[in-house]
Amino acid sequence: MSQTTTSAADQSEGTPPPERGGRKPPSRRTTRLVVTIGIILIAALLVFLLLSPPNPDARPVSLGVSYNSFFQWIGNLGPIVQIPIIILVFAAVVAILLVLIEFAPRQGTGYFWLRLISCFAIPFLAFMLLRPYQGAVIYVIAIALIAGGLLFWADYRASQGAGYVYQLTLFMAPAAIAILVGLIYPSIATIIQSFYDKTGENFVGMENYVWAFTNPQGFWSIINTLIWAIFAPIFATVVGLAYAAFMERARGERLLKVLVFMPFAIAPVSISLIWKFVYDYRQGEQIGILNAIVVAFGGEPVRWLDTWPLVNTFCLLFAFVWAQTGFAMVVLSAAMKAVPVEQLEAAQLDGTSAWQRFINVTVPGIRTSIVVVLTTVTIAALKLYDIVAVMTGGRSNSTVLGFEMVNQQQRFQSYGHAAALAVLIFVFVTPLIVYNVMQLRKQREVR
Amino acid sequence: MTAVGAKTPPQFSKADARKVARETRRNEALAHKRLTSPLATIFAVAIAFLWTIPTLGLLITSFRPGADSATTGWWTVFTNPDFTLGNYQAALTSGGTALTLGESFLNSLAITIPVTVFALAIASLAAYAFAWMDFKGRGLLFVAVFALQIVPIQMALVPLLSLFSRGLQIGEVQIFPGLEMRDVDHSFATVWIAHVIFAMPLAIFLLHNFISEIPSDVIEAARVDGAGHGQIFFRIILPLATPALASFAILEFIWVWNDLLVATIFAPTTSLPMTQTLNSLSGTWGNQWFLVSAGAFLVLFVPIIVFLALQRFFVRGLMAGATKG
Repeated sequence: MSQTTTSAADQSEGTPPPERGGRKPPSRRTTRLVVTIGIILIAALLVFLLLSPPNPDARPVSLGVSYNSFFQWIGNLGPIVQIPIIILVFAAVVAILLVLIEFAPRQGTGYFWLRLISCFAIPFLAFMLLRPYQGAVIYVIAIALIAGGLLFWADYRASQGAGYVYQLTLFMAPAAIAILVGLIYPSIATIIQSFYDKTGENFVGMENYVWAFTNPQGFWSIINTLIWAIFAPIFATVVGLAYAAFMERARGERLLKVLVFMPFAIAPVSISLIWKFVYDYRQGEQIGILNAIVVAFGGEPVRWLDTWPLVNTFCLLFAFVWAQTGFAMVVLSAAMKAVPVEQLEAAQLDGTSAWQRFINVTVPGIRTSIVVVLTTVTIAALKLYDIVAVMTGGRSNSTVLGFEMVNQQQRFQSYGHAAALAVLIFVFVTPLIVYNVMQLRKQREVR
Repeated sequence: MTAVGAKTPPQFSKADARKVARETRRNEALAHKRLTSPLATIFAVAIAFLWTIPTLGLLITSFRPGADSATTGWWTVFTNPDFTLGNYQAALTSGGTALTLGESFLNSLAITIPVTVFALAIASLAAYAFAWMDFKGRGLLFVAVFALQIVPIQMALVPLLSLFSRGLQIGEVQIFPGLEMRDVDHSFATVWIAHVIFAMPLAIFLLHNFISEIPSDVIEAARVDGAGHGQIFFRIILPLATPALASFAILEFIWVWNDLLVATIFAPTTSLPMTQTLNSLSGTWGNQWFLVSAGAFLVLFVPIIVFLALQRFFVRGLMAGATKG
């Protein structure tokens, strides 16, 4: 107890942590003050930038080279030639990064200058290669330089010694930028978009969501997505579990495994065509095997993919389950091999049947794996796009959220509706995210 | 059982280790044989048969002359065999004004290979920092990255697309222009970037699991010898994690190759990969199943070869994602 209070007091009074390498101990309070001022400055610059008068005639400012000109140049080469060139360029960038990570944190005047210069030069170059518009260029440069200066300062005064924060930033920066620009910003933009109309200019409140629940396309996409999310994981897991159990006691395990696992590696487009052929319907002699069987038993051929309700959705769903079963089987089969043999033998000595042993020993033993398979397949089913797109294109009320969202955007240019549907997928997936995160935290605590 | 071979200390000769492994395998097979039951075999074979029929049907159709496959079921081939390779040739070269499957095969390669390399490199850098560098909020940040893994791609599609085409523009104020790729022959920039972004959360999570398993003694020793993080990453982590990196690379390769959604949204018409080309061609081909079937197999050919050849790595990557998630 007393220890925690002293350490808290340490921090608030800015008492330095143990000295490193004989350097002057950095004061935390000044560091924090400077960082805060820097962040406020950047925010102020952003506000000024957004308030600056719009200038429709502004032209991009370029240093002569930009991402744009590079991508245009490489884009005019043949596809195969592009592969080695882009990989070499990328490798060069990563190499520079690693060299900086290795050398810049060292002590000495030369390394100090290397760190200082790179802190200012990298953000400056990164922004200038994007070719900011004339009106914005001053603000952009100022923001880049302040951010670079902040990084240098925070790094120089870091309690772990100069260079540590610098290294950390370089390691993280590429992935962080990708995630911020490509996932976080677009997700927020989509949520905002979902409250605006088609053009994205007029605020419409919940109208897009009301549309999603009342318009037939939106309504059936929600109902079908729920059907997918409930039945696909159950079917895939049950069949995968049964198959893994049979396979365990069957001969030729390796071949059996490959045969069922292979569909998992097949492109969904090909999966869809494979199954479209199974469901093929025509006048006269049937070439689709399902209708051929129906006819052989004296029935009338069925238009499987156009028979609504439920029939077409389940026909699509089976194609998906067919592909996912292999995944379920492989994960569950590996888990089964880890069930202790002693437990099974003990149960056998108690005179239980094979079925009882399976239900009472094996299944509880692999429960976590079963849950993992269920959640993984559910998430995949909620996001599903390709199978519906290729097999029916959403015809006959077979649409699902993941497909309808793209459909609204591409065919009807209806961005508000598309955004609302995307947000609905997100809402459906959220409970699974929360559950998975809880599992992850539990595991990390165990470690 | 096989762990016996793996745990052998290094001073054992390789021949001995191999011998032990061979004997273990033989014993295993023997034990397994005793455990098999004919009923289980029958059920397993039945399911495997059911699972193979759809693919087999289309595979056979792809080798039958168009006149045959349009009028009779593929199962009649067993009584009336007649095969041709012409379907594949026709499927590769037919495309009209749009891309042919042959041309888009090159596009698929030009998309998939760089994306796999980029995602692997960027994610392993971040994964290293998560695993071996201490900083405030590391655990929370890592959980956040893990949670992002499950954000549907559909959430990010439209804003990212407008970022590429129109640049950054907030309100009326223009800040950055978009990438002007309209007049470019084969522009893959947008597809590359989009794929790498969408791969990031899972890639960081998987690679972190692999990289954090490297024993800390090895890294401590290198640090004592004066290696910085750059050297540790490049000369210790990368070589030691190669099998793990390979297994992620294979997963990523197959996913990107098979992807349809990202390609549909982000690829310009001249840069479409095979999946998207097959999708649009299958619309024009309609009921010409001899073409559709050959097209479907042309697309699945590369991932299946990769899958069969490197199945062990593939399963390993998959398990790391599944069991630790």
